[in-house]
Amino acid sequence: MPQPDKVAVAPARSAPSPRSRRTGQVPVALLLPAAIGLLFLLLPLAGLLIRTPWSTLPQRLTEPGVLTALRLSVQAATLATLLCLVLGVPLAWLLARVDFPGRRLVRALVTVPLVLPPVVGGVALLLVFGRRGILGGWLDSTFGVTLPFTTAGVVLAEAFVAMPFLVIAVEGALRGADVRYEEAAATLGAGRWTTFTHVTLPLVAPGIAAGAVLCWARALGEFGATITFAGNFPGRTQTMPLAVYLALETDLEAAIVLSLVLLTVSVVILASLRDRWLGSS
Amino acid sequence: MTTRRLALFAALLTVALTGCGGGETTDARPPGGAVTGDVTVLAAASLTESFTRIGEDFEAANPGVRVTFSFAGSSALANQINQGAPADVFASASPANMTTVIDAGNGDGNPRVFVRNQLVIAVPDGNPGGVNGLADLAQPGVKVALCAEQVPCGAAAARALDAAGTKLTPVTLEQDVKAALSKVRLGEVDTALVYRSDVRAADDDVDGIEFPESAGAVNDYPIVVLRNAPNQPAALAFVEHVLSGPGQAVLAAAGFQAP
Repeated sequence: MPQPDKVAVAPARSAPSPRSRRTGQVPVALLLPAAIGLLFLLLPLAGLLIRTPWSTLPQRLTEPGVLTALRLSVQAATLATLLCLVLGVPLAWLLARVDFPGRRLVRALVTVPLVLPPVVGGVALLLVFGRRGILGGWLDSTFGVTLPFTTAGVVLAEAFVAMPFLVIAVEGALRGADVRYEEAAATLGAGRWTTFTHVTLPLVAPGIAAGAVLCWARALGEFGATITFAGNFPGRTQTMPLAVYLALETDLEAAIVLSLVLLTVSVVILASLRDRWLGSS
Repeated sequence: MTTRRLALFAALLTVALTGCGGGETTDARPPGGAVTGDVTVLAAASLTESFTRIGEDFEAANPGVRVTFSFAGSSALANQINQGAPADVFASASPANMTTVIDAGNGDGNPRVFVRNQLVIAVPDGNPGGVNGLADLAQPGVKVALCAEQVPCGAAAARALDAAGTKLTPVTLEQDVKAALSKVRLGEVDTALVYRSDVRAADDDVDGIEFPESAGAVNDYPIVVLRNAPNQPAALAFVEHVLSGPGQAVLAAAGFQAP
């Protein structure tokens, strides 16, 4: 006797089976909150669009500061994401694959930047990497390197706040991945490093991509840690969120225009990357 | 700063939630002239210490009154008022931000200047940058924090530097005077231009250096009762208290000058 239920168990990523598509109506109990949820997320965006000064938009967009802040934002968020990839993927692997004492504690500590108010994160970074900081003083006296008030400082602040997103996503992907592939590689004589680069990485690539996208988005919108740790100077540390905040002090419309630019750029980049990396449906 | 805005949001929420009973508090004036109810005061960041103290005195003099403060950059506060934030009193660190509120029709009566404030050069304890006057701020290697020109302390700093003919590139333009001061406190910059009252408030970690050019950039602080004040009698009484002898004494002790 054929087992029609087996069909529904097919991997979610592939095209939906004919059976699941036929399974009647979407329950109202799910549809209603989903619709309200979507509205809740989109209404503030509509609010921005309604108040946008469309007539003066072109001249506001070409003001010199706008492009500078936008370029700095995209560059810093991208560098921060790269830094997070280099440090965060191995950290996620360690948490998912190596059984060491205190692993649960470390896993909880990794999420600290998520719950820490970003401004506090900025102060904490100053206490470590600042001129009088534990590491900062040494960096300054030994290499003449100072991080606060520099673009490198912006990258550092953004990476601090955004890395947990990457680590959590990649660790989830690693835990969900089938370890038998790695075990098979090991039985065939591959060392841990070869297994990691040739089996594990390709296996969790979609998870890494998803984590990187989240990480980049969080870094792009970062405000509190950046303004506290890196300060605010046009062209050097003034990213779009900082420019928006200061514009808000005097000129609501300028702030709205800046926000729109940031939103548009991020949505375009995220949409195109998601389609390429995660496969559009 | 985000935390401050959160605090404000909480304060506004409280006002909004308790605002339904506002009708009772407005007319609740017990015999003896004392006022009651909640008063929400939006005040410039530089007034944090002195207004907190004045608020305590005012509450002690008027049992039944509770003063809630929201301290932030004056321009941010002016924006919030013009966006409909329910509050009773606005105390600004510059006439420009007060004008924004008055022009939008949100003031009740004319604003009154209650105090003036002057810029000083703030340096961390021990003055590691060796700063002695305004000219030293332009020395290479001296890290300077200024307020952004959008906020009053930044506008005043720009006027003072113009008057002195000093050109300098700060490492950062901070979003309010307390943020600039905290960079000095942490020793991340060698110096910042802040108000004399801010240096007085941070006496333990920061020293102030007076400079003659600041006379050309004195800020008037105006105060006004807001048109939509939920508790107007208490708002008026609070403004009177700020202008009274005891109120002025607190402000003078904090480093402000009489108007």
